[in-house]
Amino acid sequence: MSDTMQPPIETNAPMIEPEEVAPSPGRTKAGNLFEAIAQGAQFQTSLHEEMEELPCVVNVEDFNLWYGKSQALFNVSLSLPIGKVTALIGPSGCGKSTLLRSVNRMNDLVDGVQTKGSMTLAGESIYAAGADVIELRKRIGMVFQKPNPFPMSIFENVVYSLRIAGIRKRSILQEACEQSLQRAGLWEEVKDRLRSSALQMSGGQQQRLCIARAIAAQPEVLLLDEPCSALDPIATGRIEDLIEELQGEYSILMVTHNMQQASRVSAYTAFMYLGRLVEYGPTESIFMNPHLSETEDYVTGRFG
Amino acid sequence: MSQTPEQQAESAKEIRDAMRVVPQVAHGEPAVWLAGGALAMAVLIITGMVGLIVYQGGRAFWPDPIAKVRASDGSEHLGEIQQVGSVPADEANGGAKRVLLRSENFRWSGSHASWIVTDPNFEPTYPEWAVLVELMEEGRIIGQPTYFRVDGKVLESDPASVWAAYNEHRGQISERTREIERLTKGTLAKLTNRQADARLNARKAELEYGTDSAEHKQALADMDALLASLAKEQSDIDRKIADLEEINHRYEIGFLFQDGTEVFRPMADINRMVPANRLTLVGRLGVYLDRWREFLTEDPRHANSQGGIWPALFGTVVMTMIMSIMVVPFGVLAALYLKEYAKPGFFVSLVRIAVNNLAGVPSIVFGVFGLSFFCYIVGAQIDEWFFTASLPNPTFGKGGILWASLTLALLTLPVVIVATEEALSAVPQSMREGSYGCGATRWQTIQRVVLPRALPGIMTGMILAIARGAGEVAPLMLVGAVKMTQDLPIDLSQAPYLFPQRSFMHLGFHIYDLGFQSQDSEAARPMVFATTLLLIGIVVGLNLGAIWLRARLRRRFRAAR
Ligand SMILES: Nc1ncnc2c1ncn2[C@@H]1O[C@H](COP(=O)(O)OP(=O)(O)O)[C@@H](O)[C@H]1O
Ligand SMILES: [Mg+2]
Repeated sequence: MSDTMQPPIETNAPMIEPEEVAPSPGRTKAGNLFEAIAQGAQFQTSLHEEMEELPCVVNVEDFNLWYGKSQALFNVSLSLPIGKVTALIGPSGCGKSTLLRSVNRMNDLVDGVQTKGSMTLAGESIYAAGADVIELRKRIGMVFQKPNPFPMSIFENVVYSLRIAGIRKRSILQEACEQSLQRAGLWEEVKDRLRSSALQMSGGQQQRLCIARAIAAQPEVLLLDEPCSALDPIATGRIEDLIEELQGEYSILMVTHNMQQASRVSAYTAFMYLGRLVEYGPTESIFMNPHLSETEDYVTGRFG
Repeated sequence: MSQTPEQQAESAKEIRDAMRVVPQVAHGEPAVWLAGGALAMAVLIITGMVGLIVYQGGRAFWPDPIAKVRASDGSEHLGEIQQVGSVPADEANGGAKRVLLRSENFRWSGSHASWIVTDPNFEPTYPEWAVLVELMEEGRIIGQPTYFRVDGKVLESDPASVWAAYNEHRGQISERTREIERLTKGTLAKLTNRQADARLNARKAELEYGTDSAEHKQALADMDALLASLAKEQSDIDRKIADLEEINHRYEIGFLFQDGTEVFRPMADINRMVPANRLTLVGRLGVYLDRWREFLTEDPRHANSQGGIWPALFGTVVMTMIMSIMVVPFGVLAALYLKEYAKPGFFVSLVRIAVNNLAGVPSIVFGVFGLSFFCYIVGAQIDEWFFTASLPNPTFGKGGILWASLTLALLTLPVVIVATEEALSAVPQSMREGSYGCGATRWQTIQRVVLPRALPGIMTGMILAIARGAGEVAPLMLVGAVKMTQDLPIDLSQAPYLFPQRSFMHLGFHIYDLGFQSQDSEAARPMVFATTLLLIGIVVGLNLGAIWLRARLRRRFRAAR
């Protein structure tokens, strides 16, 4: 009874399913590494050599994160290549969202979060003592799992970042609005009702609106946290097309649960497990020719 | 504790069997009846009460026909029939009918209505020329208009021609009455104000430069000069008024009561004469609407039991509006701090409990607090700083509409805080995150995303606060509501136009005063119902306005589903 009385708690942090953690008796090799990780053994990310001298925009080094006493990220080192789409895959609860939200310091909003290690955006430290979080977030666009348009008109939604940055000039706002909606493939659908409420759009449209909102501020990096998981297949297809189009212009870090999606839109893929970055390399080799059998098990669906 | 397969099957069967037999109570039928019954009861009581008020208030101004009833003892009585019943068999005249007749003429007969015992098969008649007269200051009379007199000479002596003469002269006479009113209320009141100002200036000079200083003497001389000239102006006006009154008093109407009394009244004393039995339906409707107009737009007369309630209506609305303007921003900011800024913990819980408990404090306690804090501390201090010259007469140091509004704002603060907190909690976390993700600061997020989204809920709080505040009476008696005042808190004919220090009339207090405090509450009964209806109407109206606004806001935020 009392369960139904509670307000729904919004979370994008699903609990770890016990079966995922438990070693599967059939695959000895895979079971061994996962079991070792679960027991807290030290281990080295398997980094493909193609990744080594890529120019990158975000650089994560030996990053650790704790929610209170429980550690969610362990010594993660990852560099995000400029102008490419990088996919983050891994079972639920392995820390993908946590890593993503660490990049624009959204985890600051959670009580009791502590971090260790370094992270840089275009060479500037993100977690340095004097770093300006507001400025940082303006340089990084973020799109969430569930579309979250604001309770205002479509137009105001798109130009929200510009408004809070103090831009008042109508012509600039209008230009930015049109451009972003064009980029998000939404312009034709909404150009006649820019003044109407954004909450009246369909889920897929709302998510594309959120993407338009994220790119309106001309960010250097786009963070997408399972942007299609709340959408139907057609809307998903449109968003995937959109992400493909956006690469080159933006450096994108995207969490996904959908292997086809990862292999289709991303140039690089990182596989995480229990807070560790297990393997990181070009998408093709991660899917066709992974270094670790654990990665192979995961991407082929034999595990997780 | 391992079980054999047989044992397992056994216990599974047990559970299955138990599941199949559902006890009667578990169907929940009795609970449905209980809950439904409680609801029906509540609805019945509420509709009953509202129905009574709407019925009584709605018909209060309807002109009833005037009946002539012959009593068993042969006497005849004139009045409005209010109720017809039978005399119980075990009393004297058992079996006879009795009629509750509202015969008015209180000043002469000492009663408004009386039970008349009649024959069982009595038939009232409706004399054509029975009229109901509303006097300016002496209540209402019922009789026949039989004389029209000018300068003491009877010019007409049958009802029809008296009625015609009355209508012919009525226009000019009320014209003069209005002129007198304009002179007393406007010109004369301004003169009085200027006299008071002159005295105040002299007193200021005395306070500032010392008694008998040159400045003080100068101010006194100025004052005397001004007072002298004002006195002349005043006597001019007084003469004008006396002239007008004299002309008006030359015209008189004579009425014959059913008991044979003859009464003459100057036409200027007659507010309205209703020949109730001659009126067509349209005519009745005209009288009805005109009475409502008078009720809503005019000042009270005859110890509030007649005339209008305009000052009370105005006072109530203004007070409610000042209260809302005070309480909403204040409560919303407090709730914002509690919800968005303060770290949840012991202290915040403590504050929250305190706020919730504040809602349960008896309202008279707020009144006492308002009187001692706002009037006697804040108000007295204001007087000392800015109104020294008029001391020891308090300006702000007594009850007034500002203090009353503040007291009610305090009283309704918990309602607004609780509602706003709930509204803020209902704003999805994902929306805030979206805003922070765009690089918004906390205040920008609150201002642009959280507050707009929470606005409908905040409006709900405001609605509840208005409903609570507009109907509250007890604390007002201490902090500024009065029985009678014609000075409105907003007066555009007099600088500085806003008078937040003025005491005011309030509909709730007016109901209490009319119904329970006046010596003549029977006469005021229709007014009590009409005023109650109006107060409920205002509360409902304010609520509907806010609900409409909220619905409009909600529509903007509703997602397509
Ligand atoms: N706000 C939070 N407070 C405490 N623990 C959290 C919070 N968010 C996530 N976690 C925990 O951190 C781990 C990683 O979560 P998350 O990054 O959401 O996983 P993923 O996105 O990969 O499914 C999980 O064990 C989860 O329970
Ligand atoms: Mg997640």
